[in-house]
Amino acid sequence: MIANLGFGVLLVTFFVTLYSLLTAAFSNPKAFARLFRSIPTPRTQRWANDLEKLDTPQRAASMVESARRAMLLTFPLISLAAGLLIYLLVNDHYEVQFVYQVTSRSMPTYLKVTAWWGGQAGSLLFWSWLMSAFASLVTLRKWDRDREFLPWVIFVACFTLAFFIGMTTFYENPFKQFYQTPTGVEAYFLQPANSILFTPQDGNGLNPLLRHPGMIVHPPMLYLGFVSFVIPFAFAIAALITGRTDDRWIRLTRRWALWAWLFLTLGLVLGGRWAYDVLGWGGYWGWDPVEIAAFMPWLTGTAFLHSVMIQEKRGMLKHWNMILVILTYDLVIFGTFLTRSGVLSSVHAFAQSAIGPLFFTYIAITFIASVALVIYRWGELNAEAEMHSLLSREALFLFNNLLFMSILVVCFWGVIYPLTSELFTGAKVTVGPAFYERANGPLFAALLFLMGIAPLSAWGHSTLKTLGRAAWKPTIVAVIVTAALYALYTKNVYALIGFFLVAFVILITLYEYWRGARARQKSKNENIFTAFWNLTGRDRRRYGGYIIHLSMALMAIGILGIELFQIETQGTLELNQRVSLGGYDVEYRDIARFTGPDGREVTRAVLGVYQNGQYLGDLHPRIDYYFDAQQTMTIPGQRATMKDDLYILLVNWEPAAATGATFKIYVNPLVNWLWMGSLLFLLGIFIAAWPDKDPQRVAVRVEKSVRQVSAAD
Amino acid sequence: MKVSTMLNKIRNTKYAVLATILLLFVTLLAFNSVSAQGPEPTDDEVNKIAKKLYCPVCENTPLDVCPTEACRQWREQIREMLIEGKSEQEIIDYFAATYGERASGDPRDKVKAYLIPIVGILLGAGLLVSALRTWRKPKAAEAIIPAKDAGDVHQDEYIARIEAELKKRD
Amino acid sequence: MTETTTPRRAVPLWIQIVIWIFIVGLLAIVALGLSRRQQGTVQPGQKIDDFTLTLYSGYELGGRSEIKLSDLRGKAVVINFWASWCKPCEQEAAELQQAWTEYEPGGEVVFLGVDYVDTETDARVYMKKFGITFANGPDLATSISQYFRIRGVPETYFIDKAGVLRYVQIGPFVKVEDIRAQIEPLLK
Repeated sequence: MIANLGFGVLLVTFFVTLYSLLTAAFSNPKAFARLFRSIPTPRTQRWANDLEKLDTPQRAASMVESARRAMLLTFPLISLAAGLLIYLLVNDHYEVQFVYQVTSRSMPTYLKVTAWWGGQAGSLLFWSWLMSAFASLVTLRKWDRDREFLPWVIFVACFTLAFFIGMTTFYENPFKQFYQTPTGVEAYFLQPANSILFTPQDGNGLNPLLRHPGMIVHPPMLYLGFVSFVIPFAFAIAALITGRTDDRWIRLTRRWALWAWLFLTLGLVLGGRWAYDVLGWGGYWGWDPVEIAAFMPWLTGTAFLHSVMIQEKRGMLKHWNMILVILTYDLVIFGTFLTRSGVLSSVHAFAQSAIGPLFFTYIAITFIASVALVIYRWGELNAEAEMHSLLSREALFLFNNLLFMSILVVCFWGVIYPLTSELFTGAKVTVGPAFYERANGPLFAALLFLMGIAPLSAWGHSTLKTLGRAAWKPTIVAVIVTAALYALYTKNVYALIGFFLVAFVILITLYEYWRGARARQKSKNENIFTAFWNLTGRDRRRYGGYIIHLSMALMAIGILGIELFQIETQGTLELNQRVSLGGYDVEYRDIARFTGPDGREVTRAVLGVYQNGQYLGDLHPRIDYYFDAQQTMTIPGQRATMKDDLYILLVNWEPAAATGATFKIYVNPLVNWLWMGSLLFLLGIFIAAWPDKDPQRVAVRVEKSVRQVSAAD
Repeated sequence: MKVSTMLNKIRNTKYAVLATILLLFVTLLAFNSVSAQGPEPTDDEVNKIAKKLYCPVCENTPLDVCPTEACRQWREQIREMLIEGKSEQEIIDYFAATYGERASGDPRDKVKAYLIPIVGILLGAGLLVSALRTWRKPKAAEAIIPAKDAGDVHQDEYIARIEAELKKRD
Repeated sequence: MTETTTPRRAVPLWIQIVIWIFIVGLLAIVALGLSRRQQGTVQPGQKIDDFTLTLYSGYELGGRSEIKLSDLRGKAVVINFWASWCKPCEQEAAELQQAWTEYEPGGEVVFLGVDYVDTETDARVYMKKFGITFANGPDLATSISQYFRIRGVPETYFIDKAGVLRYVQIGPFVKVEDIRAQIEPLLK
């Protein structure tokens, strides 16, 4: 009954979304009239005339309002559908196919709720729900200054939403139920003739990999990031369609883009943390196509965040920003497509699912339409200013964009190469970490370098001399730091280059910060801490950005550490036998096997850890076998310090017993800096993106001051 | 053709080696020795190579951490080949020949794998350079003048800038 | 990087053409890749292209260590994909061998075992364990399984005397009768 209701709600939502997008589109008959006018036949000219007659301001306004209300209605509707689904999940309604697939009786209630996004159908519904929430938020804002954008923003948002809701309703419906028919048990939307409802005793249970706390938050974060990038895209398309090609759309969506970026970055970091804690391969990032699918929109999104500043300050790169936001949007959909359609994993899962071609068609349509729009409006998106110096901030931002695009090219090619190779030569290939690391390594290094010098350069003009003057002190300190590292820590050239760049970025950024605070301290007679505080508050975007740069440098330390200095060993130990690695001595003390409360059998080893003969504590690597899903998980025992992590796995393909168990032991230097960096990142982005009291007025003021002081940031 | 003759060669030598190992094992047992030192490679030596291989059964999971039976067999194969005295490159070549190119985690045809991204990056760089040149031209003459003295005033200019900002916004 | 060099003018036609060719090419690659994934295995009724199977020593066919499908024209061919690490394969191994001993004397049917992603050592242990005597060889470079687009092991393909695929069995056979039932039509 409830499942049928849920199906009905989804169906209604789909039609409401369609209504909203059509009404929004037709509220502006002029656009269509213009389209028909361009086709030189008598009939189309007549249609154009008729359409123009329809175009009255009152009618347009009421239609837009109607579309807006319909769009606002989708959120409570999808929430209702989601509520029904959660009810079914929590109450063990295994006659519902989705519930059967992702839950089981032994799962705790909170996991039954989060199982919502643990399977295909549910996660698409989750996507739609977030999309609808964001679209509603956007339409609730004051629109008086930007009336003409509204219908097209609604149109784009509802177009996206209609696609996802349509797919959830007609192809991947989470409310499908099992029916026993004469030919067997199958899942249907509606009860077929001669059938009775079939209720399995228990469900399959959630994939154990998805039961980790990290995985509970990771997909929502990633999806939030994905979905919030739809908003800047919607505004960009609205700007293109209406022909209002000033940078209004960028100012309106700047904060959305920042929040989107926050969620996407958090999603990626949490994904890394989850991989580190659960996947049991000693790392956080494996250049897996699924990871890259989420990384690619991050790259274009990051490039976008930088290049919009050029448009705001200098009125340049209007085309480029449009292209970036379109790329980001389609990469978001492409990412969802890659992970959901099975185009990359040949043997498994969704290969026969209908959603692959649907996603593909959708990407093709939106991409082609967006590019066509950009080409159509190309001439109107002219640049206003010129570039004066190759070392000016705008020029450096351009190099930054080039680097991000280059990394994107490498990643995209890495994902697509196996496909092309199979098509053209018949040989399947694997593109593993070695390819990405080799190709991206220099690009990342160059990015770090830019991150160091960009804050020093001014808008408009900078020369080697000005840069050198600002940079020489931090550079000397960075060189000293590197020399010290050479003497004390490592002789590895790549590591030294990396650490030099990291030191360079951190020192220059801090130096910049300090100079600003000193200037303020002098002129305003504040003490240095108040000066820091006020300086940040004065230009939050700039100083938030600096903090983000610092956090990226900290993350780079972690990445350098684990990439270049990770050591590992594998060996079979008998009870009380020891093995040593990287200064640690590990003793195999005990092993126990017991049944956990949530339907798993746990094999847990106890290892004593010593350093220089001193006892540091026990570690408990374990293997969890889940009865319902018939899958094992290897959970590492970890001991984290700022210097390194000791990371021990109980190897699950060898027998684990008191007589002997096989362990894989990693020492991962500096990896903790990565997680520290991500916390600092959070702080930075909150500073940069926290809403101003009155964004409209501040925006106007900033605009004025920019015109007056062209060098000011 | 090449592959099959190579395979035959490997097969033949393998039997010889297997026999010697058996012999070795027996002698070791006879001497009541616990650990078989010498030719037996450690897990770490096996993993070092396994890290670079991917089994088609579990895509995108490197061999050294893959728990499936097929992957366990592959690691055993590496171990045997190490005992035979094969080098890392020989082992990777063997896997690529026997199980297809995708067994190697690094694309073997370097030109095909790297050409397109490099061309793409160069193309992007070319576009950027040409765009920068066209933007610079109109004001190139003016740009030189502020650039000359900008160096000397930078320090003060920066502070002046901040002070100007402060005045404006307070 | 895409800023126009001459503002206020539309994109030159040739650049537009280049852009569209690029986009369409990109989409075509993804579409082709996707359609390949959606295809499933080779379908019955299709003529099977020639391929070469290298055979394990001790499991040759008529003394030959390499066999081409085209060499077997005029005979019904049963191609079984398996692997020693595959548990379901063990369920049907004895049945396949039994069917082979039944049909071997007639000389009208050839069984080919294609060993998918396996090591020879383990394959030999497996074949010995189940007393397998029909021709077997490794799927070198996984080219045969790629041609048939197998989705896993075991899978069995029945090819008639003219080289046309007649039946595909996904998963293991449970009874010898089921194997017989698929071979008999090929002999008519």
